[in-house]
Amino acid sequence: MQEAIQKTVQRTTIPFGPQHPVLPEPVHLKITVEDEIIKEVVPALGFVHRGLEKLIDIRDFHQMIQVVERVCGICSMIHAMCYVHGIEELMKIEVPPRAKYLRVIWSELHRIHSHLLWLGLFADSFGFESVFMQFWRIREKILNIDEATTGNRIIVSVNVVGGVRKDLSQDQMRWILDELDQIEQMTTQLESTLFEDYTVKKRTIGKGLLPSRQAVELGIVGPTLRASGVAQDMRQLGYAAFKELDFEPVTENNCDCWARCRVRYREVLQSIDLIRQAISKIPAGEINVKVKGRPQGEVITRVEQPRGELLYYIKANGSKNLDRLRIRTPTFANIPALFTMLPGMWLSDVPVIVLSIDPCISCTER
Amino acid sequence: MFKMTPTILKNFLTEKATRLYPFEIREPYAHVRGELVNNSETCNFCGICAAKCPSQCIKVDKKSATWECEPFECVYCGICVDACPQESLSQKELYRKPSAERQHIIIKGEIRPEKPDAPVA
Repeated sequence: MQEAIQKTVQRTTIPFGPQHPVLPEPVHLKITVEDEIIKEVVPALGFVHRGLEKLIDIRDFHQMIQVVERVCGICSMIHAMCYVHGIEELMKIEVPPRAKYLRVIWSELHRIHSHLLWLGLFADSFGFESVFMQFWRIREKILNIDEATTGNRIIVSVNVVGGVRKDLSQDQMRWILDELDQIEQMTTQLESTLFEDYTVKKRTIGKGLLPSRQAVELGIVGPTLRASGVAQDMRQLGYAAFKELDFEPVTENNCDCWARCRVRYREVLQSIDLIRQAISKIPAGEINVKVKGRPQGEVITRVEQPRGELLYYIKANGSKNLDRLRIRTPTFANIPALFTMLPGMWLSDVPVIVLSIDPCISCTER
Repeated sequence: MFKMTPTILKNFLTEKATRLYPFEIREPYAHVRGELVNNSETCNFCGICAAKCPSQCIKVDKKSATWECEPFECVYCGICVDACPQESLSQKELYRKPSAERQHIIIKGEIRPEKPDAPVA
């Protein structure tokens, strides 16, 4: 009898996005369902392509810093850092140690505010609006630090080829440490709500499973990969001042939405610790060096964005304009994970699972 | 089930997280990159700001001593302020007010006579 009923259920295709109340990003998913169980997913992208890579034709390699910062609003500083690392490698520029530490401090501040934003959005995806507001309230403190230290809240624009444009005074560093203490305290207060609450556990545990072997085969990166138990983090490469700081990649073994949430929550605390270490070890000295000449050759640079590995390919021909700039963002690598995570799940779980990879579509389409 | 309750109760006793903007405005932080201003008295219309600007929103004509800026295209990065040799460009600590009409800023300076060529020895 049960089999007979199942045979009569027809497949339906439901469009999900690009305009959807829970999705902050314009991604379109064609979801094929049988009853309410997902059978197949086909993503469609290309709604917000801006052609930023092509701007190399009319902007010189210094001006491109401000362009690549606008690839992603949330992690603007990390995009610029990846780009200047490439140019500095091509031009064989040795960046002063203080500038390296300052880059670590601002990039980790960006990671914290990106993760806090995500934790809020994730809570909102399963309808927990008060947690969403609490996380965004904490995030406001980071934005204030950015505004006070760099002059802008999101697009901080501190990187230049050869170092950084702004310095931190002793008073500012003391203030940052005080604010970080408060941020840590306010974040840990929400830990039990996020991981022990009955409703939250019901909506996240066992949803969107991505076994570690499949994660590696699909080339998944960042917190999505680390939540499947693979300890891979681009900061282990030791770019900027990371090789002088003590840190272990955060991993979880549950492979589900709960684990991905847990990894990002723990990374907030890890980033706070990294900023404390960087402030305690920061050397005195210059913050940038004078740059002469033009880049020539090709290079690939990788850094760890809040969403995962960010890759820049730069090809320069010795003129002021670059030959080619190719940006591969972590969401581009993480979208295939949805093919594994979504089939077999309920239709009502789609927002939670899609958000669990922290999609940044405007980043992906550049 | 009531894990969030202590946090909510605490929120009743702490100060508000939001402000009633525009009736209540927070003091801006020092060195915030706000509205771009050019001092026509010190500007020598060299055009370095126009060459460095990533959004290419500045146009300078040395002959007619004019400095033009499209504030809607400006991204407030402050590169021109750092590059200005005369320290004529600066940024206010307040952001530009929103506007429904397109603005175009033109600053005209005094046309300075060109320096005579050095005498050939």
